[in-house]
Amino acid sequence: MTPVLDARLVVERGGFRLDVGLRIGAGEVVALLGPNGAGKTTAVRALAGLVALTDGHIVVGGRRFDDPRAATFVPPDQRPIGVVFQDYLLFPHLTALDNVAFGPRCHGASRPAAHETAARWLARAGMADLARRKPRQLSGGQAQRVALARALAVDPALLLLDEPLAALDARTRLDTRAQLHRHLTDHAGATLIVTHDPLDALVLADRLVIIEDGHVVQEGDAATITARPRTDYVARLVGLNLYRGRGIGHTVTLADGFVITVADTMDGDAFVAFSPAAVALHLDLPSGSPRNTWPATVAGIQRHGDNLRVQLSGPIGAAADVTPAAAAQLRLQPGQLVWAAVKATETRAYPA
Amino acid sequence: MSKHDNPSTHHSDVLKPGPPAPVAPPRRRVGRRAPVALLIPAALGLAFLVLPLAGLLVRAPWSTLPQRLVAPGVLTALRLSLLTATIATVVCVVLGVPLAWVLARVDFRGRRIVRALITVPLVLPPVVGGVALLLVFGRKGIVGGWLNETFGITLAFTTAGVVIAEAFVAMPFLVIAVEGALRGADERYEEAAATLGAGRWTTFRRVTLPLVAPGVAAGAVLCWARALGEFGATITFAGNFPGRTQTMPLAVYLALEKDLESAIVLSLILLAVSVTILATLRDRWINTP
Repeated sequence: MTPVLDARLVVERGGFRLDVGLRIGAGEVVALLGPNGAGKTTAVRALAGLVALTDGHIVVGGRRFDDPRAATFVPPDQRPIGVVFQDYLLFPHLTALDNVAFGPRCHGASRPAAHETAARWLARAGMADLARRKPRQLSGGQAQRVALARALAVDPALLLLDEPLAALDARTRLDTRAQLHRHLTDHAGATLIVTHDPLDALVLADRLVIIEDGHVVQEGDAATITARPRTDYVARLVGLNLYRGRGIGHTVTLADGFVITVADTMDGDAFVAFSPAAVALHLDLPSGSPRNTWPATVAGIQRHGDNLRVQLSGPIGAAADVTPAAAAQLRLQPGQLVWAAVKATETRAYPA
Repeated sequence: MSKHDNPSTHHSDVLKPGPPAPVAPPRRRVGRRAPVALLIPAALGLAFLVLPLAGLLVRAPWSTLPQRLVAPGVLTALRLSLLTATIATVVCVVLGVPLAWVLARVDFRGRRIVRALITVPLVLPPVVGGVALLLVFGRKGIVGGWLNETFGITLAFTTAGVVIAEAFVAMPFLVIAVEGALRGADERYEEAAATLGAGRWTTFRRVTLPLVAPGVAAGAVLCWARALGEFGATITFAGNFPGRTQTMPLAVYLALEKDLESAIVLSLILLAVSVTILATLRDRWINTP
């Protein structure tokens, strides 16, 4: 099956270079995840035609929209796309209904037909009652739904969402995320959702593409990425401690000489990952089964859900999750010396 | 709680002397005091602008005012002034808004020079502007000559000439105001319109123009006010023919040579009409969000 979107996005701009390959199939939702400044928004703008490519190509549904080598550039108003912008950009002088009808009108629908289409989309978004409101009379969550209806009302082959939930407070975010999930599942075209929130990506997307500094560092489904992160950024996103070294048998030697004993058999460059919950802290050198123990200094303590997350410095930096009871018993405080221990069976090693 | 829920409490509240009702604390101003270093020049500036107007009022011949108001020529000049200033404003809006859009949205070489050229009528003495208009649109001018030969149209020393002279000096006010509004408007709304399939003309008509409407209104008001007071370019290019090209400022100038009092009356009329109209427009257009 040929993908709806086949693109290699290269945009160079004053020292920054974005170079990202993307293929999205019909009905597929792909999340573009990355830290601030990674080039996520530039990628969306290039796909929408608001920024021209320096190199590469954008092909949507077999039509070539941007290809500097072939001197092809289709302006945004002639691309079959829908965009939900980060702060929605609803036209402030138009009602919710007219905002949604704007796209169909531009695509040649008569005024009554466009209003009918808009009313249908607003009803699907559960916004039928608020159709006559101006954007400034809508809450953040309501504005988000109108923006989504507006983008979908032009029946786009490619739907682009730029941080669609970033402007919402935590509670609204939960409801809106669930709603958004339903709409994206119904959307027959390809969908690209840009976010820096791993939860949005995991809930909404079928596949994740993670970019850092303009380049794809990892892509795959949620299970693979959460199990086998390949960069520190991804490891932080999924909440794992991650190290890179050279594996020989059941040991992986890090660049600074620290040796981690692992359950898997490794040969060559390898990653080792383990969860902060797998790190046990002791006041005295523990005896017994744990195969990895090292002296560490408590660098910081933060709340993390019901537990406390302890940042450790020492021969290797690591995060450890402990219960408040355990922390009280250990009298943990910054600067304190402790012993950290991780069982080999709690680690996961995989080729780099 | 409504009154029906528990009427007794209300009664007892009234009857019992009880503790004194909470008196609203005096409203305390959070705003800090304006510094004297700013207040004094501000007061001087206000006096400087208002005193000449007060002078007009003091010297006005109030007893003979009714007769002077209906004197022949006064209403004609007033009507001509309002008509030409309004038409000149329409011309400025029709030509000036697109010009401002090009300056704000199209990146072209020499944009800075064009922007500087647009402000020239602001610094040029209006009389010089009138001479320049004569050289171009006069009967022997480059454009005027062609218009005269081809269509038999004469602009100089006609009512149309008054409109041209007023539009020439007033247009920069509109262009500058609208360009500022366009630069201040969030261009991403225009991008959003483009992603919805709107071409540049549709985007301009349905998104950009409504967004900058307050700026256009403010620019048009400034433009109208400038056109209404126009004197130098008008008298040079259009002359001073009562009923055809004699606007209020020209009538005031003419009256000044023979009768100071009628000049004062004419000035007061111009002042009253323009202040009334400006104040009305301001409330209706500019202050609405």
